[in-house]
Amino acid sequence: MSDVTNGAMLKVENLSAFYGAARILYDLNFEVGRGEVVALMGRNGAGKSTTIKALMGMIAQRQGAVHFNGRDISRLKPFEIARLGLGFTPEDRRIFVDLTVTENLDIGRQPPRTFSDGTPAPTWSPEKLFALFPNLAEMPNRPGGRMSGGEQQMLTVARTLMGNPLLVLLDEPSEGVAPLIVEQMANTIIELKKEGLSILLSEQNVHFAQLVSDRVYMLEKGQIRWQGTMPQLAENVDVQRAYLTV
Amino acid sequence: MSSFLFQALNGLSAASGLFFVAAGLSLIFGVTRIVNIAHGSLYMVGTYIAYSFATVVGGMLGFWGGIIATAIIVGIIGAVIEVLLLRRIYRAPELFQLLATFALVLVINDATLWLWGPEDLLGPRAPGLRGAVEVLGRQLPTYDLFLIFIGPAVLIVLHFALARTRFGRLVRAATQDREMVSALGVNQAVLFTAVFALGSFLSGLGGALQVAREPANLAMDLTVIGDAFVVVVVGGMGSITGAYLAAVLIAEVKALCIAIGVVDFGGFSVNFSKMTLVAEFLVMAVVLIARPYGLLGREQGAVRSVAEPEEPIRPATRGLKLAGVTVLAVLIYMPLIAQDSPYVLVLGVDVLIAVLFAASLHFIMGPGGMHSFGHAAYFGLGAYGTALLVKWLAAPMLLGLAAAPLLALLGALLFGWFAVRLSGVYLAMLTLAFAQIVWAAVFQWEGLTGGSNGVVGVWPTAPFDTRETFYLLTLALAVIGVLLLRRFLFAPFGYAMRAGRDSPLRAEAIGIDVKRVHWLAFAIAGAVCGVGGGIFAFAKGSISPETIGVGRSIDGLVMVLLGGIQTLTGPIVGASVYATLQDTIMRQTEFWRAMLGGIILLLVLAFPSGIVGALAKFAPRRKDQP
Repeated sequence: MSDVTNGAMLKVENLSAFYGAARILYDLNFEVGRGEVVALMGRNGAGKSTTIKALMGMIAQRQGAVHFNGRDISRLKPFEIARLGLGFTPEDRRIFVDLTVTENLDIGRQPPRTFSDGTPAPTWSPEKLFALFPNLAEMPNRPGGRMSGGEQQMLTVARTLMGNPLLVLLDEPSEGVAPLIVEQMANTIIELKKEGLSILLSEQNVHFAQLVSDRVYMLEKGQIRWQGTMPQLAENVDVQRAYLTV
Repeated sequence: MSSFLFQALNGLSAASGLFFVAAGLSLIFGVTRIVNIAHGSLYMVGTYIAYSFATVVGGMLGFWGGIIATAIIVGIIGAVIEVLLLRRIYRAPELFQLLATFALVLVINDATLWLWGPEDLLGPRAPGLRGAVEVLGRQLPTYDLFLIFIGPAVLIVLHFALARTRFGRLVRAATQDREMVSALGVNQAVLFTAVFALGSFLSGLGGALQVAREPANLAMDLTVIGDAFVVVVVGGMGSITGAYLAAVLIAEVKALCIAIGVVDFGGFSVNFSKMTLVAEFLVMAVVLIARPYGLLGREQGAVRSVAEPEEPIRPATRGLKLAGVTVLAVLIYMPLIAQDSPYVLVLGVDVLIAVLFAASLHFIMGPGGMHSFGHAAYFGLGAYGTALLVKWLAAPMLLGLAAAPLLALLGALLFGWFAVRLSGVYLAMLTLAFAQIVWAAVFQWEGLTGGSNGVVGVWPTAPFDTRETFYLLTLALAVIGVLLLRRFLFAPFGYAMRAGRDSPLRAEAIGIDVKRVHWLAFAIAGAVCGVGGGIFAFAKGSISPETIGVGRSIDGLVMVLLGGIQTLTGPIVGASVYATLQDTIMRQTEFWRAMLGGIILLLVLAFPSGIVGALAKFAPRRKDQP
């Protein structure tokens, strides 16, 4: 992990978040290295989605420092954060139902960008994304509202990639889609990692996380209770039972 | 028959102007979720500016060039308003922005009065289109023919712009989920300004095109916005094509009423041309009951609120109770304190009536989450119930007063039954429609209500015929009303109300009949408001349609929002401040609207959560807050 600590893409220090009078996150510290796939795991309500939204600037009451690609983004607005190359795919997908597949992709379109060391980030075009998601290629003019859950899940990832992100926040990519699509999603994540993207995903499913991630942070009640590599989690049945099994 | 067709053509040309305003309003609401009451003001300003171009510059250039220039100028005015004012309050609670745009209506109206004066101004006839063509044996002005075609032309241009350009795609995407658009890297601020400018441009264009058809006058702002709201709601929020269809439908129904004229129904003669006042609201009520989201609209995606979640309301603390008792004690002694200035008691009665109005409105708006734009209906039913009983049946004063809440209750039960089936802006517009129907019924049923003259000679009798005793009676009723509403809120009924507001599905899943609870809440609020109406009739000695019009509903909204919708003391403070401002400033200056608007704007910018909400921020907070 030595390469990770030195050149972290995303470094989070003492992140806390509040919703009204309720405190949701307690001083989270974690990081994602360049080209790394990291899983935030935990049960429903552990704070996974809140963490991702807080990183994206979508939770008004937040504290702590967030460094992304060498810049402090903790005070920025969501659109500014997105323009620095942090991509976000929400758990409920939030496809624009009135817009067609192509139009949805167009909303996500942004100029190419580079990493802090000057190397160019992977760029995406509708053609390249249609190659990655052949299902979408079959329905470029279908309105988002008339797609299946799995197709919407692919579209939301594709839409985020149109912004040529450096790191993608994937909230519950395996949630509520058919097993075949889950497998496809896993392949996609591996594909993106090969392209050089970093990924932070939230996940409850150990098997899915095992397929794609390098490291794990385990959340419970808004706090990080355990961290380690994916193989370490796979061996540690106690941790799985304590923080994941329902 | 030919007169019907001719009126139908007239209706089509009127529909164009209406469509432009409604399309702009719809676009702006869709993207920014701001109900821009000042949109009619932009239309009005458009007519005035176009008048100046046409008369000062004159000729072909002054008229046609002036219309284009006007639309651009109004677009810029819209952008400036968005940047200077609205941008600061997007995070404020949803309806708070309403207050700001209402203040703009007041300011713009007075600015127009100051710049152009009070006279109606009719522009010259359109150069190049001065003639008329013969249609069905009558003369139809060529300019009207031009208007008939420009509506659909703009519709087509807008339609393609929304479908084919990136800007159009962004507008459509943001209409559905602006937070997601922003998370994809789109700067909302720029998008909002652009949409506001486009909407204002359309409104200015609509106003400018009217310059050769109708005189510019200072009442246009509110009549136009009323019509435009109806059009947008009937057509379906966010649907431009729906807006055009609705504009045509409403203009045609109105034209039809005029064409029918007076008809005899077995001895009763009904003047249909008078029905134009209420026709559009009847159309709206029918459409909303049959299609709750308008002709071409669809259920709105839940607006993801950017404001902080609402704190639960809490029972009064010891400090608040103490303050309440102190204020009450002062109010009871007011007749003694104010012996030298009797006007204070008159003002006091006005304020207390306003408190009843605002507290009951807040009851359904805040804890009930139902934004009523037609609360004046129940005020009016109460006032007329009292006044008519006293006038026609010579009922004693207290019996007359007792009729007020009863009649208001019946009205609220009837209207509420329909209203609770809708939500959001649609609900607001349906309540407005009902209020307009009450208003029109009172206005037109001259035999019973005295028509526009109203009912006069409704004076309090002994022992309430002195200023002091009447004041004390009012105070007693207001205190009972406010405490009653409070009691409801802290009973299981109140919890059910709030649960139904926050999460209708979950509330139903635990066995709460949300519609029924909200319906009863509507009725309770109506009854309490009716009491205010009853007192009002006695306080003024008369009641007339103009005192129960849409203006009173808006005043009530301003009071509630001014005080802060999330607190229970808010409406009381808001009503007191607003009623006092109205009674004092209004008598001082010719430009009272601008003064009032300016004060509201300052309050809006200084206290985005209302007066009491702002005070609560300074109070020590309870838990480990950030």
